[in-house]
Amino acid sequence: MNMINLLILPILLPFLFAVILLFLKENIRAQRLLTIVGLVVSLAAALRLIWKVKTAGVQTITLGSWPAPFGISLVSDMLSVLLVTTSILITILIVLYSFTAIGEARERFYYYPAVLFMLTGINGAFTTGDIFNMFVFFEVLLIASYVLIVLGGEKRQLRESIKYLLVNVISSALFVVTVGLLYSVVGTLNMADISAKIAEVGQPGIITVIAVLFLLVFGIKGALFPLYFWLPGSYSAPPMPVLALFGALLTKVGLYAITRTYTLFFIHDVAFTHELLLVLSVLTVIMGCVGALAYFDLKQIIIYNIIIAVGVILFGVSQMNEAGMSGAIFYLIHDMLIKAALFILIGIIISVTGTSNLRNMGGLMKTHTSLGWMYLITVFGLVGIPPLSGFIGKLLIVQGGFEAGNTWATVIILISSIIVLLSAMRIFVYAFWGEPVKLPKSDRRSYRKEMLPATLLVVISIVYGVSTEWLIPYMADASDILLNPSIYIDAVLKE
Amino acid sequence: MELLMAIVIGVLFTAAVYLILSRSLLRIIFGTGLLSHGAHLLLLTMGGLGGTSPPVLAEGITDYADPLPQALILTAIVISFGVTSFILVLAYKTYSKHQTDNMDLMRGNDEHD
Repeated sequence: MNMINLLILPILLPFLFAVILLFLKENIRAQRLLTIVGLVVSLAAALRLIWKVKTAGVQTITLGSWPAPFGISLVSDMLSVLLVTTSILITILIVLYSFTAIGEARERFYYYPAVLFMLTGINGAFTTGDIFNMFVFFEVLLIASYVLIVLGGEKRQLRESIKYLLVNVISSALFVVTVGLLYSVVGTLNMADISAKIAEVGQPGIITVIAVLFLLVFGIKGALFPLYFWLPGSYSAPPMPVLALFGALLTKVGLYAITRTYTLFFIHDVAFTHELLLVLSVLTVIMGCVGALAYFDLKQIIIYNIIIAVGVILFGVSQMNEAGMSGAIFYLIHDMLIKAALFILIGIIISVTGTSNLRNMGGLMKTHTSLGWMYLITVFGLVGIPPLSGFIGKLLIVQGGFEAGNTWATVIILISSIIVLLSAMRIFVYAFWGEPVKLPKSDRRSYRKEMLPATLLVVISIVYGVSTEWLIPYMADASDILLNPSIYIDAVLKE
Repeated sequence: MELLMAIVIGVLFTAAVYLILSRSLLRIIFGTGLLSHGAHLLLLTMGGLGGTSPPVLAEGITDYADPLPQALILTAIVISFGVTSFILVLAYKTYSKHQTDNMDLMRGNDEHD
């Protein structure tokens, strides 16, 4: 069997199943079944694709068989395929969580199709090799996320959705403007070709301006320091499964786009562009830490932890050395897994106690012991206690920071770990220790059902942490191509 | 010609930013409309305004306008149509629930809603 179209499957399969689901509005049982089937099939395709990329190198396909810079190229290198696989895996587990947590009213109004359309956009944005096509996939995932954030139509959701939409409409217009400017300079839209053309002219000032504009556009999507203001409000509005999906996947698409453009296009004036990225990422970490300590609200604490992780990952990327880059990739995938786990656990705590205010809870360890231990393991993973998943990524990032001579910035990154630990342990201390408060009547069975995806995610993150040695070749492949854009260009523009 | 277009686009962006910073939700939505107009005109201008014929294959025509920006704009237009209609309905729903279109009054957090 000719497997040349394999890299389209993780985009096409969720899309196909989403379209089928549109016809089954009232049949919730069939919707659930088909969603899971679709996602599992997509996961199988993605795993097959990892193997293919590992053995045969970067996979590219130009749609319609036009020669490379003229058609739309799709490119699967190790980074994109790892992100695609992680996204699908996380979506499966969050969909499992949604079965009990989202409620029938929402399931009846196209919840699952919206999730699958969003996954289509995410996988497309990770895989595309064309800058305008990336804009289109961004819109696909954003429009699906608009639906998810407002679905249900509660008063607060409506209010926050308006803000979320307006911010994203503005950043999308900026994206179009930036693509227009880039097109006027280089005259092409294919990412490999853009990179080759920029290398020919050696990054004059206008390209650096465009680099900063891209940082602005993707910084809004990815919640970078002066541009993260929309995130805490918007993310606290939707129900927990949607929040878990957004927190684990959406900002990471912005991060990926920054990483891709800053390692493929804008590498000829690193002293300015990457220094800017470094400063902004450290400020992001600091602001995230301030937010994580300031709140007594479960959701807000973890939402600010998303912002901290964004800063840490971009700090790794901005070092532009082997250790920093592979650390950033390790940490990126770890963060997607651990944030999904954390949001599901927080969701369970909120549904058990009936409040998201830390001051109104306590003593859960006596009634929900397994939840407590699971949360504790997740927190240790989040912070990066050695055998768990967050360790190797942050270790490499810190090593990269010291190697590049950014001592102070690296020390701030290290200190941020302590603050992350403090903010997450505060939840543990307030919610699980102390005098038990009276809990509202809750359904033990749905609690057990919700624990299943959380446990699976925690186990996956532990496996991810323990099997570091075995993952290193994959991460090395991914960081190799980021540090040597010529591999990417040669793979796409093969003569 | 490009200079004139650049000035017009600049005016559009200025107006859009001014409207987006205002208090009334409807004015903000008008602002986003102007913003996307500006972005689309910029795409067209940045592709270069050269070429005397439309990009349609016909006998004897060699000097035609760049077809690529036109395709990009067409894509961007339908996307912004979709999003704008979504925002308009959302604004309508928000108005009927919150009984205000003043963005200053749409505040709140988890503790007081």
